[in-house]
Amino acid sequence: MIITVLSGKGGTGKTTVAVNLALSLAEEGHRVLLLDADVEEPNAGLYLDLVVEETFSVDVLMPKVDESLCTYCGKCAEFCQFNALAVIGEHVLVFSELCHGCGGCSLVCPVEAIREVPRLVGTIEKGRAGSLKFWSGRMKVGEALAVPVTRKLKEGLAELKDEFIVIIDAPPGSSCPVVEAVRGSDYALLVTEPTPFGKHDFEIALGLVRDMEFPHGVIINRSGDDDKLIEDYCREQDVPVLLKIPFSPRLAALGARGIPFSKVIPYWRDKFRQVYRKIKESCRCASW
Amino acid sequence: MRQLVIVSGKGGTGKTTVAGAFIALAWRSICVDADVDAPNLHLLLHPKLLEEEEFQGAKIVVKDEEKCTECGKCEEYCRFQAIKDLKIDPFRCEGCGVCVYVCPEGALKLEDEVTGYTMLSRTRYGPFSHARLKIGAEASGKLVTQVRKNIERFTYQEELVIIDGCPGIGCPVIASISGTDLALAVTEPSVSGLHDLQRILGVTRHFGIKSLVCINKYDLCPEMSEEIEDYCTREGVEMVGKIPFDPEVLEVVRQERPLEDLLETKAGKAIEGIWETVKNHLFPV
Repeated sequence: MIITVLSGKGGTGKTTVAVNLALSLAEEGHRVLLLDADVEEPNAGLYLDLVVEETFSVDVLMPKVDESLCTYCGKCAEFCQFNALAVIGEHVLVFSELCHGCGGCSLVCPVEAIREVPRLVGTIEKGRAGSLKFWSGRMKVGEALAVPVTRKLKEGLAELKDEFIVIIDAPPGSSCPVVEAVRGSDYALLVTEPTPFGKHDFEIALGLVRDMEFPHGVIINRSGDDDKLIEDYCREQDVPVLLKIPFSPRLAALGARGIPFSKVIPYWRDKFRQVYRKIKESCRCASW
Repeated sequence: MRQLVIVSGKGGTGKTTVAGAFIALAWRSICVDADVDAPNLHLLLHPKLLEEEEFQGAKIVVKDEEKCTECGKCEEYCRFQAIKDLKIDPFRCEGCGVCVYVCPEGALKLEDEVTGYTMLSRTRYGPFSHARLKIGAEASGKLVTQVRKNIERFTYQEELVIIDGCPGIGCPVIASISGTDLALAVTEPSVSGLHDLQRILGVTRHFGIKSLVCINKYDLCPEMSEEIEDYCTREGVEMVGKIPFDPEVLEVVRQERPLEDLLETKAGKAIEGIWETVKNHLFPV
């Protein structure tokens, strides 16, 4: 089973929820794989006593032009939808950060002057924290495209989803990296906070999981006097509220130091286990 | 004209609040919301919409079923697994056009795709350029570039552009910082805040943009704040101020009160001090 944690707005507590949920279930004896798919800012590892077992590089292919063969016809630049190639006089310029690695330029080159060479755009780490299995992707600083890293990170996941509870920590926002992170999930677990910003971006995230047709529910983080803001909206939209995590200086201080609060406070372990049971229940309903 | 961008790496550190307070302090500036995925600045500025336009930021492939002979070449050449069992997955298609090129029947073609909407508005603090990305759309960086370009469509006297950036370090972030004069990174005192600050400062350095740092909610974890300050000292990045945690800020937003009220809060006062330093960097005497 694959559960993806997402939020729209950044900083609402996605990583907090993903890590605490994963640890609570692993400690109960489940086989759990936590996957940090926020490859631009991967943070989940900061909350774990991690032992990294393997590191892989993520490469995308980019064009390399053999100028001794090139006739500067400009067909490659004309074909490229991403403006990653330009032919100026007797020069071919390649803008590697813009290249999506589609391979079109080498296909259209009439004199076979373009070959494709790998370019490093990120790394993937696989390891564990106790009995919890952990995979994480990390985009290289200065790169623009997160999707190739996320795609590589998720390779092999389909084979594991029957044996493991897979929990994916998604990036914020609602654009292509989020779509790539949540794709193939059985359940979308939304995290929001009871503020006007939180609500606004929760609506966007809800739109995304509905467009992609995932069963879903929400956790209200930093809950307090203004929960009505989210709860009324959830009632109106028929979204179940699975858990409320109150704003408390103690929880905030633990989080700030990189300590998952469920490790310290047993009450929260039970709460996260209950969340999982509710998720399992609604996935079962969805598959009927 | 000078351009200031507010960034953070990590989301939810308070970029928009700081941007909003700066906008009120600058009194007249051109305001830009570059967080097109999850835009929030309009919730502070209460803009009056002047114009809204569709933005065609990507291409998508469409198939003429009658011409398709199901040869499967498209699927074989697609590097993005966007064609599976001869069906096009619009969420995966990057619009590269390789399938169109290899299709022997001419059954595929690229069409422009609307990826969002750009908006031009008026606020009491100055003109405001913003946008809304379509849910799950590609190429948010292109939309950010368009939002920044759209300020040319205003007639204005303002000499400052204040850009509310987006979280992360990828394409929309690069699009929002490129060509700016100064970046202010807003961080928070947590292990994630520090980790993500290091990455965003790596990006601004990579693109040659001068950066300053401030810590929001610094008093929620004073020892992490200290660690961040030490990091900045070591890296030679100027720390321009610390903002206390202040629930009053949220009240101003919640009650839709004018931004001037934000400046009256304890946090607002701290942001005012930061603004003085930022202003001196933007407009040295």
